[in-house]
Amino acid sequence: MNKSYQLIIVGGGPAGLTAGLYAARSRLHTLLLEKAGFGGQITNAEDVDNFPGFPQGINGMELGDLIHKQATKYGLETALAEVKGIEVGDGRKLVRTSEGDFEAKAVIIAGGSEFAKLGVPGEAEYTGKGVSYCATCDGAFFRDQAVAVIGGGNAAVTEAIFLTKFASRVVLIHRRDHLRATKVIQEKAQANPKIEFILSSVVEAIEGDTLVRRLRLRNLKTKQQSTLDVSGVFVFVGLKPNTDYLISTVKLDDDGHIAVNQNMETSVPGIFAAGDIRRDSIKQAIAAAGDGAIAAVSAERYLEG
Amino acid sequence: MSKPETVDDKNFDSVVISAKTPVLVDFWATWCSPCRMVAPIVDELAEEYTGKVSFAKVNVDENRKLSEKYEIRSIPTLLVFKDGKPVKQIVGLRSKGDLKKALDEALAAKK
Repeated sequence: MNKSYQLIIVGGGPAGLTAGLYAARSRLHTLLLEKAGFGGQITNAEDVDNFPGFPQGINGMELGDLIHKQATKYGLETALAEVKGIEVGDGRKLVRTSEGDFEAKAVIIAGGSEFAKLGVPGEAEYTGKGVSYCATCDGAFFRDQAVAVIGGGNAAVTEAIFLTKFASRVVLIHRRDHLRATKVIQEKAQANPKIEFILSSVVEAIEGDTLVRRLRLRNLKTKQQSTLDVSGVFVFVGLKPNTDYLISTVKLDDDGHIAVNQNMETSVPGIFAAGDIRRDSIKQAIAAAGDGAIAAVSAERYLEG
Repeated sequence: MSKPETVDDKNFDSVVISAKTPVLVDFWATWCSPCRMVAPIVDELAEEYTGKVSFAKVNVDENRKLSEKYEIRSIPTLLVFKDGKPVKQIVGLRSKGDLKKALDEALAAKK
């Protein structure tokens, strides 16, 4: 197996796959590494209504498949491997992975993010027993039951609406006194009779027996504590960039995102970042794809340089 | 015999519960994107652990009794059975390395 490439792309979501599409069409000898499955976070969305070109909306899994298909059409090489570290030396970059080391002159980091945890007692213990981070995967287990959704952004409110297909009652709990989600999504949720809102409140603990049975809540304004009987808790409290292994490689901001300029160049020449993982990303699939295209063009210029 | 076997409410006991070797059961559904992502990794594991572990798949949509019995509330869930009892539960999409580690731990553990 040839382990040396012109370009290595880390991550197989919309950003990485779009970079791969551009790189392959430029005939760069490119390898794309993905740790667990192609398509990225967008594949968890039931309906994607804001990706241009799909006026009827498109299922997230389908969109992920289409992007993957298009990216690999021009000969992009891909592998399932988890990147453990990137070492820079002598103009070349050594990418250490679970499946061995690879080498390239340029690297595009598009490893995205994972769902942030609440960090409350019971969360880890009940993951898979009522605590979930994927409504499209797990909603059907909560038919005719009460569930809570934690968060106030687009993901939280969209998934709350989705869960009304199954659950008898969906309680959306948010720490602020107003939601952050796009207005059109908020309006849809407010019009849904199955959705209730508990604002200015946080979850203090998740409790149950072998399965989740209730939440302990605290109102941040009144300081009052209460309990809420639910069998499911869906957590959508933001995203955490997958950059733990990059701390000593490239410059990160305080939240762990990779600092880039408008060409997606990081603090290290020849290393680029794209998508949710970069600083100031708006965390939308379409923006990630755009980043991927920019990063690929920048990488090509660097390689020609 | 190194591909995961599709099992259902009817043959679960004979394939999983009475098995002589440990069995890794992948609970999944067609609508679940991380399930589809984990499937090729499970296929690779089935190949690598041939003879040591057998592999099975349960479609939760078609076999609600099984998912109720094992209190599955999130998919993908991988359950490792030894001597008819679940000894290890792995929830959500994981890298191949993580899965191998979890599987090896389950195999090494005393009953």
